Amino acid sequence: MTAITERQQLLYAERTAAEVRVNVELETDEGMTLNIGPQHPATHGTLRIIAKLDGEQVVWADVAPGYMHRGYEKLTEVRTYPQVTTLVNRIDWLGSFANEVPFILAAEELMEIEAPPRARHIRTILFEMARLANIVLFLGDLGVQLGAVTPAFFAFRDREHVLDQIEAVTGGRFHPNFDRIGGLKDDLPKGWIADTKAVMVRIRGFCDEIEALLFGNEIFETRTRGVGVIPASVALSYGLSGANLRASGVDWDLRRDGGIAGLAHGDVDWRVWTHPDGDSFARCWVRLQETREATKIIDQLCDGLPGGPIMAKVPRIIKVPAGEAYVETENPLGAMGYYVVSKGDVGPFRVKIRSASFSNVSVVPWLLRGVYVPDIITILASLYFILGDIDR
Amino acid sequence: MTALTTAVELSYWQQTLLRTVGVLAAVLLPAGTLVYVFLFKMMSFMQSRLGPMEAGPYGSMQLLAEVGKWIQKEDIVPWRADRKLFALAPYIIVLSVFMTYVVVPFGPDAWFANLDVGVFFVLAVSSVSVLGILIAGWASANKYSLLGGLRAAGQLIAYELPMVLAVVGVVIQAGTLNMQGIVAAQHEGEIFGLGVIGNPFIITQAIGFFIFLIAMQAELTQAPFDMPIAESELVSGYMTEYSGMRFLLFFIAEFAGAGAFAAVAATLFLGGWALPGVDLDADVMNVLGPIVLLVKILVVSFLVFWVRFTYPRFREDQLQQLAWKVLIPLSLVNILATMVLKVAF
Repeated sequence: MTAITERQQLLYAERTAAEVRVNVELETDEGMTLNIGPQHPATHGTLRIIAKLDGEQVVWADVAPGYMHRGYEKLTEVRTYPQVTTLVNRIDWLGSFANEVPFILAAEELMEIEAPPRARHIRTILFEMARLANIVLFLGDLGVQLGAVTPAFFAFRDREHVLDQIEAVTGGRFHPNFDRIGGLKDDLPKGWIADTKAVMVRIRGFCDEIEALLFGNEIFETRTRGVGVIPASVALSYGLSGANLRASGVDWDLRRDGGIAGLAHGDVDWRVWTHPDGDSFARCWVRLQETREATKIIDQLCDGLPGGPIMAKVPRIIKVPAGEAYVETENPLGAMGYYVVSKGDVGPFRVKIRSASFSNVSVVPWLLRGVYVPDIITILASLYFILGDIDR
Repeated sequence: MTALTTAVELSYWQQTLLRTVGVLAAVLLPAGTLVYVFLFKMMSFMQSRLGPMEAGPYGSMQLLAEVGKWIQKEDIVPWRADRKLFALAPYIIVLSVFMTYVVVPFGPDAWFANLDVGVFFVLAVSSVSVLGILIAGWASANKYSLLGGLRAAGQLIAYELPMVLAVVGVVIQAGTLNMQGIVAAQHEGEIFGLGVIGNPFIITQAIGFFIFLIAMQAELTQAPFDMPIAESELVSGYMTEYSGMRFLLFFIAEFAGAGAFAAVAATLFLGGWALPGVDLDADVMNVLGPIVLLVKILVVSFLVFWVRFTYPRFREDQLQQLAWKVLIPLSLVNILATMVLKVAF
């Protein structure tokens, strides 16, 4: 691998920045421009990466997001508060419920309402279930990106049970729209807790299976170890969050360090996993451990579920008093926050969404310098982004 | 081995016709079986699903339905493609597979060509497919295809060498390059005085068989060596721009190629068409032989596809390292050991 200096990179960037067009000819003198995406099997969505290749080596790469921009921040301005959750469900579409939580918490903060303990517990269970639905698919998709088809089917098979449980409570497999200001829409159905515990056993079995099938595989290790190393300082300076940050050795998890009153993570015993390496393997490994940790959190919350109402006293027509609030939670993809500005109306005046993937993907041009084409896929897969979470 | 001793005397043109029809059946039948048994069913069972179930009993007619679909599809040629080469490429690849089958014997008289340099011929024609892949990659006028084609060229050339070296051990032991001769040597041989099952070379050439299997996996561009196709990186590699009938040819070549290499492996290492305890010249072997060989083809391909559906893929440089730093030295040691033991016994 030839070292590419900062100066060379800038030179290339300057020369090719205007080249955001699909070009068919092969420029052999200074490499070939390869457009990976917007339609490409590896980007699971419409992310576009423009890579300047020298043979199989990437000389310069840039990310061109925005092919699926849906203008959610603007749309929230013409919705009432309860309507916004339907909208933001679609940001990270694999862990939908988790998208609702920070927004609702921000609204609760402005209204100075506190959800009753039972609601907080069930909210946390569903929050972690969203994490499972999201990361189980990541673990399967990892195989597909690296060329092994089989793990993906195991992931889809076992995720279905998690979705069944979410559906049993909320009525929606993907987009629950279940969180309410001051509590939840409904209580848990009968027999749900026993079913959930069985599903958690199943998910732990899936984790063991994936660990044996992928993480114990030598080819997987050679493909991921030492590939796409992000040092802790770089991770922090690019604003990475979630497992990507923890894989670089930074011990930071909003579930533990955020001090969020609306969720019940403080009531249970669990740990935050970190990995010192910061490479692709570390990112995948941290996510695997987090899946196991999430099942433990759900198990404990199901055991210690408090009684009582699931809804605080909330006026029928919700008007949020004027003010500003920012709440950030540890979503499946990383830290997700909503900055809500209210002018005392039925709908927010302005909402700024901080989504994890957008920041996580910003490190890609830095990471792709000098890697080989197959490593692009490994790095993108291990960074794990959802297109909706980038483009919003 | 040279004289024809069929029960019914046939004139030369009748034999030629039989062999031409026979080679078609010999290529397409195992290929179809492999697609159904492994790609449709085994892969599905491994991935906890059923696979095709609607067309015919247990989806056994699915392949015919697929072929019908492909034939009906529009034949798309990219605007900037080199049309002649683009059309030629799949035929070269299919031709290479057909040629590989030509020297594989199915029985004492059931062969298509009985060359004295059979093994050499197999290794030579099997690498012609590289040419087709390279042409397909270049003529498609697609960057992904180009990358795929070049990767394939690098990979197939690198793995041709360990494959040849692995076979050399067998050739030394059998003392002939003729495929029939190798089958006979395994049937008549014995290990430490025990001649009950003959001496299939998998026992004495276990390392050679292992290397041959790995090289075969790479030659067939099956995972973990499927970088030329690598759907998550290169969309579909050199096949990206192909559709309809031409894609079908690639598809046939892929699975017929698996069958062909499995047949070669079965002949070289597993005793070929011969049944232990049955006389080599028995006429009944002309009927039983193909069945025996098909079973062995299925066994070898099972290994190939088992690995394919389980493993993630290598990176291009790691693949080259495996070939040059591990497989080639190992096969050289194997040849040396075989030579020493051959002289000693």
